[in-house]
Amino acid sequence: MSLYILVGAVEQGLVYALMVLGVYLTFRVLDFPDLTVDGSLPLGAAVSGALIVRGMDPFLSLLLAMCAGAAAGCVTALLATRLRIMSLLASIITMTALYSINIRIMGRPNLTLLNQPTVLDALSFIGLPRYLLTPLIFLGIIIGCKVLLDLFLHTQLGTALRATGDNPQMIRSQGVNTDMMVILGVSLSNALVALAGGLVAQSQGFADVGMGIGTIVAGLASVILGESLVGAQTVFRQTLNAICGSLLYRLTIAVALSYRVGFLRLTPSDLNLITAVLVVICLTVPLLRTRLVMWKRAQGD
Amino acid sequence: MLEIKKLKKIFNRGGINQVTAIHSLSAFIRNGDFVTVIGSNGAGKSTLLNLIAGTYLPDSGELLLAGENATRWPEHRRAAYVGRVFQNPLLGTCATMSVEENFALASRRGLRPGFRWGVTNSQRELFREKLKLLGLGLEYRLKDKVGLLSGGQRQSLTLLMATLRRPRLLLLDEHTAALDPKTAEQVLNLTRELIQEMGLTALMVTHNMKHALELGNRLIMMHQGRVILDVDGPTKAHLTIQDLLNEFSKLKGQDLTDDKMLLI
Repeated sequence: MSLYILVGAVEQGLVYALMVLGVYLTFRVLDFPDLTVDGSLPLGAAVSGALIVRGMDPFLSLLLAMCAGAAAGCVTALLATRLRIMSLLASIITMTALYSINIRIMGRPNLTLLNQPTVLDALSFIGLPRYLLTPLIFLGIIIGCKVLLDLFLHTQLGTALRATGDNPQMIRSQGVNTDMMVILGVSLSNALVALAGGLVAQSQGFADVGMGIGTIVAGLASVILGESLVGAQTVFRQTLNAICGSLLYRLTIAVALSYRVGFLRLTPSDLNLITAVLVVICLTVPLLRTRLVMWKRAQGD
Repeated sequence: MLEIKKLKKIFNRGGINQVTAIHSLSAFIRNGDFVTVIGSNGAGKSTLLNLIAGTYLPDSGELLLAGENATRWPEHRRAAYVGRVFQNPLLGTCATMSVEENFALASRRGLRPGFRWGVTNSQRELFREKLKLLGLGLEYRLKDKVGLLSGGQRQSLTLLMATLRRPRLLLLDEHTAALDPKTAEQVLNLTRELIQEMGLTALMVTHNMKHALELGNRLIMMHQGRVILDVDGPTKAHLTIQDLLNEFSKLKGQDLTDDKMLLI
């Protein structure tokens, strides 16, 4: 694997870590399986891209992309809480609707941003070569978001949010409206995902309606990989693990794509298959481990 | 404090399994009353408590909390008035959160959560002092996850949490039923002390007739969604288990042999 591929994988791991934080927030903190992310990632890219093309400041476009993501999350949460649609189904409905909406926003299925100003151009005065600058900027953003999220999850509102995922009956009887907490959490999650989408579009130079396919599985794989790292007791560790999981996931993918296995050479289009297999392995390792222990014990007797 | 007017609750309305859990029930709980509620399985005790707390909404009737019509209030709004301990010791606390975080949530029961720090140092002092009362050594375990504690410890925590911010009404739903006898006794003593010291208004559902007689100043017996006995003051103080059994068989007119109510 070349240095170029390695740096590229780190860059992707860092920018998609924002999305992984969002997935961590819904899947782990809120216990709300949310597939909206497959739609809100390209939504962020579409909003940011369409606004830049129309001459908006790239930073401001990212802010509006986050607002759009939050709105998408809000729709899913409203479908789930107010209309009592199962959370998984509610998010699939929003995701499907977003496909059409994203094409509407861009005016066509994809949008190039080449020769358009991006946040990376705006920060190029630092003077580093691009292949180093981009990951460093992404690192700064992800650390900033992690710290803010950690702080938020320790406020009164944040603890109420965590309690909603842990024990809704308990927190309702403490006077917290759990529906509001779900709306808040899912919106926040999708704002992060849309921010990731916007940044991906700006760094890759294009937004595409299909770029969100498989996002949720990649996010989940990253969260689970992160959890396999030691110590997931505190919120600080959990968010750190989510980021490390994202890096680990992208590196694994890069390695898998750069080697030839016998006659088989994997291509980027095999990514979703690899991800699916990776998730299954991650999920079954604990089971296999206990089976192995039992088997060894049986052998010993 | 609590006024219930012709409250009615029907489950599975229109279905084969339609059950009227509460039949046009009326009751008035005065300020400072400590009421024990007994009755056989399916008498509607838990349903009544859930109706008061807002977990269920009634089909008809009215419910007044501290003079305000709370009939249609959602559960989280009623929490400003009502402290609650559940039968299931796991239901009252968050397992993945620390003791102090659980306490901090309870200390703001009924208040809107804001962007301030979830747990403050001054709160920690208060929590430590409160936890010392339990004598379980939990004052040294503020940072521990509640999931690490035993059922009895969690139930004691829930009870402390329900009274951390003085509730206008305390609801206890067979809160010692899932505990071993020794722990149940400890939790019951704590209940008695807290209610006495804080002068709380409380409703305690129990299957244990001995407890129902020992605790509280008023006793309500329920059967098939109706109140069949409501005694207080000296009458309640002189009541015996035999009286309750007689009352029960008289009103029920059935044999008691298969009934859990006979648990004494």
